[in-house]
Amino acid sequence: MSTLQLKQITKSFGETDVIKGVDLEVNDREFVVFVGPSGCGKSTLMRMIAGLENATSGDIVIDGQRVNEVGPADRGLAMVFQSYALYPHMTVEDNMGFSLRLAGVPKAERRQKVLEAARILQLEPLLDRKPKALSGGQRQRVAIGRAIVRNPSIFLFDEPLSNLDAALRVQMRIELARLHEELDATMIYVTHDQIEAMTMADKIVVLQGGVVEQVGSPMELYHHPRNRFVAGFIGSPKMNFLPVEATEAGAEGVSVRLPGGDVARVPVAGEGVSPGTALELGIRPEHLVLDDQGPLRGEIQVLERLGGQTSLYVAMGEQTVTIMADGDVAHRVRDEVRFGFEPGRAHLFAADGLALPSLEAHPLAGLKRQDNRLASDAGSE
Amino acid sequence: MTTKTQSMSAAGATRAANGPRFGALSSRRLWLTVLGWTVAGVIFFPIFWMVLTGFKTEAEAIADPSLIFSPTLDSYAEVQSRADYLHFALNSVVVSFGSTLLALVIAIPSAYAMAFLPTKRTKGTLLWMLSTKMLPPVGVLVPIYLLFRDFGLLDTRTGLVIVYTLMNLPIVVWMLYTFFKDLPRDILEAGRMDGAGTLQEVWYLLLPLTLPGIASTGLLAVILSWNEAFWSLNLTSSQAAPLTAYIASFSSPEGLFWAKLSAASTMAIAPILVFGWLTQKQMVRGLTFGAVK
Repeated sequence: MSTLQLKQITKSFGETDVIKGVDLEVNDREFVVFVGPSGCGKSTLMRMIAGLENATSGDIVIDGQRVNEVGPADRGLAMVFQSYALYPHMTVEDNMGFSLRLAGVPKAERRQKVLEAARILQLEPLLDRKPKALSGGQRQRVAIGRAIVRNPSIFLFDEPLSNLDAALRVQMRIELARLHEELDATMIYVTHDQIEAMTMADKIVVLQGGVVEQVGSPMELYHHPRNRFVAGFIGSPKMNFLPVEATEAGAEGVSVRLPGGDVARVPVAGEGVSPGTALELGIRPEHLVLDDQGPLRGEIQVLERLGGQTSLYVAMGEQTVTIMADGDVAHRVRDEVRFGFEPGRAHLFAADGLALPSLEAHPLAGLKRQDNRLASDAGSE
Repeated sequence: MTTKTQSMSAAGATRAANGPRFGALSSRRLWLTVLGWTVAGVIFFPIFWMVLTGFKTEAEAIADPSLIFSPTLDSYAEVQSRADYLHFALNSVVVSFGSTLLALVIAIPSAYAMAFLPTKRTKGTLLWMLSTKMLPPVGVLVPIYLLFRDFGLLDTRTGLVIVYTLMNLPIVVWMLYTFFKDLPRDILEAGRMDGAGTLQEVWYLLLPLTLPGIASTGLLAVILSWNEAFWSLNLTSSQAAPLTAYIASFSSPEGLFWAKLSAASTMAIAPILVFGWLTQKQMVRGLTFGAVK
């Protein structure tokens, strides 16, 4: 049983406010990912949870206890650093057993615990090596092993995969997800990589400029972004934004006039919207479809063929929109194309950047990673 | 056809131009080598000459400089009969190693604080510490002499250890500060997450990881203390006098005796020379530590 609460946490370095009042609830055994552009304060937030930085104000509560004044080692947490931060002068075994040695655990028991963690991470053959003699992926596993040995109530990961090459990153991502299930522990993970966030998280916390923009499950953030920033940050390629004008706001949704002159009705609540209000229409590249009868048109500027998919960069007057189309589209650069979208998949943003709330929740928005697992387990049996 | 000849002659010209350039490169290296050996020779020659003079008789020593003479140990015998070399040597060893150890004990926590917990004034403090080295020591001779007299530290090893420690402390703190700053902070933070208190952090992580730097700092402090003459001459007479005072005692009022002075000097520098030679690998490694990471 390990939970974490942040209550109105702030952090200032001198005059600069880095974290501006963050509230957060992390439940037991949850995998929570902090994601955001660099400088958004995600690492600082994690370091405050770890106890490596003091919070300027607010409460950090672990398992119901306020821990602001508790030292890092006594919070019962373990942290995996971006640089791995292995002790270069110690063997893998000594690295992993260092915390136990400091705690005065007898040698035999120490060895047994280290071996257990080494087994989980397949590090047994490397126990006598020094970090210098390990590959990047192996060092990463030792760093994780060092955390496991401490048997912490909460694991903290600070961009642990960013020093690995792409192939290894995918492999470690899967391994971390497996580890989360095997250890059944609460984990907090910082990354700027939204794929890591989407694939591993039960709950994503999107941060920008020291403020939490949205907290939710990956599917919730994807389908119901709270504002324009989250909409643009989650999803790749980025969501397209088109300036539109409202023509009608009713119980069925908000109708807007598209750049081509056509009118589309998006099923969102239209409170505060009247005919003539300037809005922004957000559509993800994968939701734009090439269609000879479509309401939107433009000229292809760049065409990237990925095999299975093709990205089209289409100029619509001043604007460029991205379309993810089928891999086999026959178009060429400079072709004039028409395209459209299903209004139910579009988003509308008011002038202040907030999304107009959808009338209907997406069926997968409440999905948890565990639900995926149950479904696949059932499928395999 | 014409184009071909042209290109061929062009190629020839390039080759011709390349020839002297390679020559210039190697002759530059030659000059650097000559220069290097010359500088080394100029630095080493006085020491060489001193060692040589120590094996001459007093008459030969003041006669025309000559490499050809019959070596004799007379000067060494006489030097030893006038003063007990081992007594001075022991003082030198105790005082230089003692002061170095004390300086490290004080400097390690100071450098730790400045490297890992810097404040707005850290840079200023460091510069201020170094500025004390710019003061000519003779400027504070009288106050320090009086203090030593009142505290009964004159002609004691303890007194010299204290003065050498203070003398070397700024350099030792500076060097350790640079070595500590090079250590990735993550490693110490990982140690803190693993439950290390400050002392354990220093003992298990900081010291082993910066050992080359600490060693070279210590070696430098030993050498500086060993060679220090101003304070040892002014604050000691016989009991605590180190080898520098031993040498000076042979430039006596009766006049200079070059052969004996040389013999004494050779004996005084021999230990530190051997020590420096044995540890030079460590010294170079420490002094370039971090620069080649």
